[in-house]
Amino acid sequence: MLETVNRIWRSGYRDLFAQTIIYIAVAFVCVVFIWILSDLIRGGIAHISWDFLIESPRDAGRAGGIGSILVSTLLLLLVALVVALPLAWTTAILLAEYVPVTSKFGITVRYSLQVLAGVPSIVFGLFGNAFFSIYLGLGFSILSGGLTLACMLLPILVSTAEAGLRALPDSYRLSAAALGLSRSATLFQLLLPAAAPTLAAGLLLGIGRALAETAALLFTSGYVERMPGSLLDSGRALALHIFDLSMNVPGGDAPANASALVLVALLLGINIFAMKLAYGLQRKRII
Amino acid sequence: MTDRLLRWVLRIGAITSALIMLLILFFLLLESWPALQQITLTRFFTDPSWHPLEAAYNLLPMLSGTLYASIGALLLAIPLGIASALFIVYYAPPHLALLYQRLIELLAGIPSVVFGFWGLITLVPLINQLHPPGASLLAGILILTLMILPTITLTAHAALLAVPDEFQRGAVALGLSRWGVIRGVMLPAARTGIVAGIILAAGRAIGETMAVLMVTGNVVQHATSLYDPIRTLAANIALEMAYAMGDHRGVLFVSGLLLMLLVMLLSGMAATLSNKHHA
Amino acid sequence: MFSSKRSAFWIAILVLIGFACLVPGVAAAQKLVLTGSSTIAPLVGEFARRFESLNQGVRVDVQTGGSSRGMNDTRNKIANIGMVSRAMKANESDLHAFTIALDGVGIILHINNPVTSLSKQQVIDIYSGKITNWQAVGGKNARITVVNKAEGRSTLELFLAYFGMKNSAIKPHIIIGDNQQGIKTIAGNVNAIGYVSIGAAEHAAGYRVPIKLIALDGHEASVANVRNGSFPLSRPLNLITASIPQGLTKDFITFSRSQQVHDLIEAQYFVPVSDD
Repeated sequence: MLETVNRIWRSGYRDLFAQTIIYIAVAFVCVVFIWILSDLIRGGIAHISWDFLIESPRDAGRAGGIGSILVSTLLLLLVALVVALPLAWTTAILLAEYVPVTSKFGITVRYSLQVLAGVPSIVFGLFGNAFFSIYLGLGFSILSGGLTLACMLLPILVSTAEAGLRALPDSYRLSAAALGLSRSATLFQLLLPAAAPTLAAGLLLGIGRALAETAALLFTSGYVERMPGSLLDSGRALALHIFDLSMNVPGGDAPANASALVLVALLLGINIFAMKLAYGLQRKRII
Repeated sequence: MTDRLLRWVLRIGAITSALIMLLILFFLLLESWPALQQITLTRFFTDPSWHPLEAAYNLLPMLSGTLYASIGALLLAIPLGIASALFIVYYAPPHLALLYQRLIELLAGIPSVVFGFWGLITLVPLINQLHPPGASLLAGILILTLMILPTITLTAHAALLAVPDEFQRGAVALGLSRWGVIRGVMLPAARTGIVAGIILAAGRAIGETMAVLMVTGNVVQHATSLYDPIRTLAANIALEMAYAMGDHRGVLFVSGLLLMLLVMLLSGMAATLSNKHHA
Repeated sequence: MFSSKRSAFWIAILVLIGFACLVPGVAAAQKLVLTGSSTIAPLVGEFARRFESLNQGVRVDVQTGGSSRGMNDTRNKIANIGMVSRAMKANESDLHAFTIALDGVGIILHINNPVTSLSKQQVIDIYSGKITNWQAVGGKNARITVVNKAEGRSTLELFLAYFGMKNSAIKPHIIIGDNQQGIKTIAGNVNAIGYVSIGAAEHAAGYRVPIKLIALDGHEASVANVRNGSFPLSRPLNLITASIPQGLTKDFITFSRSQQVHDLIEAQYFVPVSDD
């Protein structure tokens, strides 16, 4: 009798101890998150205004705003998506609808994309510099930066789109077949529209990833902070702007902080929107 | 007719996507080839130091820097991450669990350059007061911890959810306490998934560039304490790539190749683990 | 379902419009790309702005990364003109160099550091790790944080050559790239020592960045001493090209060496070279 009570007591202590540790860990994570966010907001909010968002940077970024940087970022994004989306979605459709899961071809493609997903962004930067900037002669330009980003985005766009298509119930395909629809008609009239929310969510996640990227752009799209005149001009992405201001510009902390706040706000917005569209996909990006 | 056309378009798209990986490998090899012919492999480990302009190419100090920083970050992030996952699955009331989970997911959305910036203006000065110069291995470890914490938490969470309900019910029926159930049944059952997540996080830590570059001081040396500055392989590429020429440039591509192989190895391990898990 | 389909359609339309706007831009502008020394980049950036305002439809992009990058990019034809902040070496005769200004390299400390002068030997001892505390050179009792430049920077080469050191003999605590990063690092750390372009340092001090240039072996590190040649650590700032400059490249180099930019050179605390 006494023995049992003793054991319960001991396991009760252990339970309590484990629970305390876990609560402390969670509290710690929350505190750090709030610390970072409040630092960013406190340091940046005073600097943000409408003018900051539309003006070009002056005096190495100490004065002026981030207008031209935002334009460059947008152009980088456009190039990346225009190249990556068709490739990614055709790949995903093929993998999800046309080849069996166990086919050699499917496994090879999937494996290659999986490896691509793990490649560090600085390695993409090396590749982009060697291939797009020098071998193809695009130099430091938005085009070569965007193409490098496209390679980076491919795995996440494929895997989200494939998951979205796979999640559609088979009854869709069967009933379409029973109605005598051709496979392409089934795809365009039924499956793609039905999977549109997840496709859009994957797109948003890709955008988020591209916006956050710095290392891959360092040696491909370059550093020039002016308004780009064409896709062959160098353009500085927002993340790179934060890097440059905080590392290389004395007195650049305040605008760096404001730029960081803009970037984080954009990304949080995009991520929350993507979560709303298709919940499970957000995890796919992280895991 | 359109069906066949479509099939071809799809196939071409998929083949192109698959080829990009090969293209990257090919170009990394192509660029490192001249250097690899000039410099024997052993020199990367036996040269006196890393001074490319004096033709000394010892990669070991940066390899050690990379490993110290990644291992340190893992040591911190694994307990924090698993505790977070346990909190979400077993300890928190439902609405709080969801809130905390969203918070972790948002943490994952903060770009590395922002973590680096925060480290630079907040952490580095703090550490500097403790023990100059501030930019150090410790700062790198702390920033990396924040960056890989979401990966570990969310993979552990998924692995815990994937454990069949009967396990838990059976354990509870045996009269085990909550912690007893978790430690004795749930964690062992979810082990493969959790380990796969940790391997994935390790890959991310090894490849991280900008945040680490901003806070570690970038001195090429074997760290003897947490307060010593270090340089990681990835940071080295970002720092020196801009002006590297000839063999130096080649060696940077070699280190890029090395990074890529390391990460491929890790993600291969994670993939086999989670495949086994699902099978 | 329908609304997201429609939004996808709108995204596609926007993308197309974006491209349509950009395509003409690709063909129109005449462009020059300059890369290289972070010492020269701010100056040439000012040149570029004036040059663009004088020549309609011309665009001049300036990027930093160090003198070696300037040479590298010029040889690889990624850049039209490279910026190199030191005299050319014998084995670089394949490149054509054009000096646009003179500059010096000075030792900088935080403004609250009481030390005002160091001898050549003291600097060597600090950088080689023999002196690790400011007390040994007449400062406060605090550990010295040694800031060194990354390899491939000509400021580093000049520094090493003058002090007769090898980079492998230096025991740094922080490695920096650009001049500005050096200035920023010193401004944020009272016990740090570093060396940067005198022009960049004086320009930053003009912006109230808390740093100061100190005398070296009794020579005041100032623009005036660089001008009269009495400061020992000085260097030419060069523009380089891979072949004999022609067309726009030639126009820009001629412009950079003309009287038209002397005010810009002086505003950045460099010394214009007299026309020769």
